Amino acid sequence: MTSFWSFWVSFISLGSIFGCLWLIYVTRKSQTSDVETENTTGHNFDGIEEYDNPMPKWWLYMFIITCFFGFAYYIIYPGLGNFKGVADWTSTGQWEAEVAQAEEKYGHIFTEFAATPLIELSQDKNAMKVGQRLFANNCASCHGSAGRGSIGFPNLTDNDWLYGGDPETIRTTLINGRQGAMPVKGLNPSMSNGDVDDLAHYLLSFSGRSDDDTAAARGATMYQTACAACHGTDAKGMQAIGAPNLTDNVWLYGGTKKRITHTLLYGRAGVMPSQTGKLSEEKIHLLTAYVMSLSK
Amino acid sequence: MSTEINQTTYNYKVVRQFAIMTVVWGIVGMAAGVFIAAQLVWPQLNFDTAWLSFGRIRPLHTNAVIFAFGGSALFSTSLYVVQRTCQARLISDTLASFVFWGWQAVIVAAIITLPMGLTSSKEYAELEWPIDILLAIVWISYAVLFFGTITKRKTRHIYVANWFFGGFILTVAILHIGNSLVVPVTLTKSYSIYAGTVDAMMQWWYGHNAVGFFLTAGFLGIMYYFVPKQAERPVYSYRLSIVHFWALISLYVWAGAHHLHYSALPDWAQSTGMVMSLILLAPSWGGMINGMMTLSGAWHKLRTDPILRFLVVSLSFYGMSTFEGPMMSIKTVNALSHNTDWTIGHVHSGALGWVAMISIGATYHLIPKLFGIAEMYSTRMINVHFWLATAGTVLYIAAMWVNGIMQGLMWRAVNTDGTLTYSFVESLEASHYGYLVRFVGGAIFLSGMFVMALNVWLTVKQRDAKALDSVPAAA
Repeated sequence: MTSFWSFWVSFISLGSIFGCLWLIYVTRKSQTSDVETENTTGHNFDGIEEYDNPMPKWWLYMFIITCFFGFAYYIIYPGLGNFKGVADWTSTGQWEAEVAQAEEKYGHIFTEFAATPLIELSQDKNAMKVGQRLFANNCASCHGSAGRGSIGFPNLTDNDWLYGGDPETIRTTLINGRQGAMPVKGLNPSMSNGDVDDLAHYLLSFSGRSDDDTAAARGATMYQTACAACHGTDAKGMQAIGAPNLTDNVWLYGGTKKRITHTLLYGRAGVMPSQTGKLSEEKIHLLTAYVMSLSK
Repeated sequence: MSTEINQTTYNYKVVRQFAIMTVVWGIVGMAAGVFIAAQLVWPQLNFDTAWLSFGRIRPLHTNAVIFAFGGSALFSTSLYVVQRTCQARLISDTLASFVFWGWQAVIVAAIITLPMGLTSSKEYAELEWPIDILLAIVWISYAVLFFGTITKRKTRHIYVANWFFGGFILTVAILHIGNSLVVPVTLTKSYSIYAGTVDAMMQWWYGHNAVGFFLTAGFLGIMYYFVPKQAERPVYSYRLSIVHFWALISLYVWAGAHHLHYSALPDWAQSTGMVMSLILLAPSWGGMINGMMTLSGAWHKLRTDPILRFLVVSLSFYGMSTFEGPMMSIKTVNALSHNTDWTIGHVHSGALGWVAMISIGATYHLIPKLFGIAEMYSTRMINVHFWLATAGTVLYIAAMWVNGIMQGLMWRAVNTDGTLTYSFVESLEASHYGYLVRFVGGAIFLSGMFVMALNVWLTVKQRDAKALDSVPAAA
C-alpha cells in the first residue's frame, strides 16, 4: 500500500487503542470515590438513577492489559500498514514452512510409491490403503466414497471408461482433467420435439426398453445425422473425445426416458477438474493406481 | 407557564404493535430454525423441493430472527424508552406508523423472496436491491423519529440506554447502505460493486457489526432501561457506562476481519481484526458488569420474579459469548474453530441466550404496561418459559461445542503417511447426534415461545387497548 495508506492504517489502529487508554485515564481522574458509594450522579430518567461508583479495578486492569497486548502484537506481527513486524512473520511464509515440513516427513513414502509401476502398485494393499485416504478427501465428494459415482459423475468401479481405462489414460485424466460436452440436440439444432422423442425410443431400444418400434426406427435415421459423428454409427461411442457408448445401458446422466430426453433437449457439460497443482505427481501416480484397483 | 398546561402524552401504539410482532416473528423465525435443524438430522425433510431446501430456508431463518424478531424487539423497546426517558412524545405518529408498516413490508418481502432463491448471496444481507432500498428508507425514518424525539427531550442529559440505541441506529444505517451497494441487472438480480477480497471484507465488516451493533449495542440499550427498572435499583456505575460505551462502539467496527483469518485478506488486516477483537473483551464485559451489579441489593428478587431472571440470565450468556468471541478471534484458536459448528454454537449462545432472552424479558415487562394492566396473566407461565428457554439454550450450545471441536479435530487429524485420517463425510456422520441434540434444544426453546404467545394473548384479552394510544407522561 502507498505510504499515505500505511500511515493512515497505523494512525487509526494505534489511535483507537490510545483513545481507549485516554478514556480510562480521564474517567478515572474525575472519580469522586475509590470505593463503592451510595452517591448518585443526580440524573433521574423515568425513575432510574445512576450511582457514581468507580469502575471495578480488576476490569480496568484487564482492559489495560489487552491494550498492551495489542501494542506488543503490532510490534511483533504485521499490522501497522507496511510495517512487517519484528518477527518477520507472514501467513504465506507459515504455510510454506508447514508444506516443507510435511514434504520432509512424508515425501519419501510417496517417492517410493511413484517408483513402483502402476499395475504392481494397484495390487499393493498397503499402498492402496493410502490411496483410499487420498481418494476419500480429493475425489469422493463427486465420485462417492466407494467410487460408484452418481448422476453426472462416472462410476469408477464398473470397468466402463469414457476416455479409456488403460493406466496412462487414467493418469492423463487426473493430470489434465476432462471437459465433456454434449451439445443441445446433438448436431441437429433444428430437431423437433417429436424427433427427440423418436431418438429417445431408439436409444432405449438398445436395452430393449422401447415400446414403440416405429418411433425407434425413425429415431435410428435421425441418429445417423445428429449423433453418429461423435457416438459412432454403431452408437458404441468414441473414447478419444469421451463420447459415451450408448448401447451398454450405462447412463452417466440417468437412463430413464425422461432423463434421456432432458439430455437431448438441453445438452450436458461434464467437468473433471485437473489435479495438477492440487496434488503432487507422486500422489497422482498413487491415485491412478487406486482408480485402477477399483475396477477389478 | 403555558407548557405546563399541555400534558405530554406518549405514543404507545407503535410500541404495542412492535411488541406483539416481536412474539409473532419470534415464533416464525425460530420455527424456521427448528425446521432446518431437523433437515440436518433428517435430510429428506426438504421433500425434494427447491424452496424448502436448507440453502433457501436458512437465510429466511437468520433474517427472521435477527431483523423480524430482534428488530421488532429493538423498535418497541427503543421507541418506548426514548419517550419515557426524554419525557417527550415521538415527533410524529405518521412517521411511527410508517416505520411499523414499512418494516413489516420488508419482512414479508423477505419471506417471499428468500425461499424463491432470490438472494444477493451476502450473509445476513441476502435481500435484493429493491427491498434493500425500502429497508434503507424505513431505517432513516426510524433515525429521524428517534433522534427527533431526543432533541425534544425535557431532561438535560441523554440517558445511557439512548446512547446505545442511537449508536446502533446510526451505525446500522451506514453498514446497510455501505454493504448493499450494487449494480442492478434486473428487478431481482444485482451484482455487488465490490470485487473479490474487498467484497469479502465489506461483507464481514457489515456481518460482524450486524452482531456488534444490531445484536449487541441495541440490546445493551434494552438492558440499560429494563434491568434497573425491573430490579428497581439505580444503575451500578455511570462512569463504567461512559467508558464501555465509547470503547465498544469504536472497537467493534474493526473486528470483522477475524471472519477472514487465513484467507486472501492481507496479513495486516487479519492482525488488526484479531487485536481489536481481543481488546473488545473488556468493553463488552462492561455492560455485563453494569447490569449484574445493578442487582446488588436486589438479588432476592430473583426468587420471585422470572422476568428479572430472564434479564439476568441473558447477561450471563452475554458475558459468556463475549468472552468466547475474542478467544475464537485468536488466529490459532480460529484455525480449529473456523467453519465448524463451534461458530454456530457461539452465535446461538449470543442469539438465544442474550438477544432472545433479554427481548423476552423486556417484552414481558412491557406488555402489561402497554395494555394498562398490572401484570402478565400468569407469572407461572413466565417461569415455565424461563426454564424452557434456559434448557433449550444450554442443550443447543453444548451440542454445537461438542460437534464443533470434534469436527475441527477430525479435519486436522493426520495419519503416519501424511494423509488426512477422516474424510469430510466421516466428520458429518460423527456430527449426527449433535445435530439431533441441537434440534431438541431448539424445539424446547421454541415451545417456550408458544407459552409466551399464550400468556400474552390471555393478558391482552383482559383489556381494551385503545384507551392507551396516548398515555399521560405521569403514568
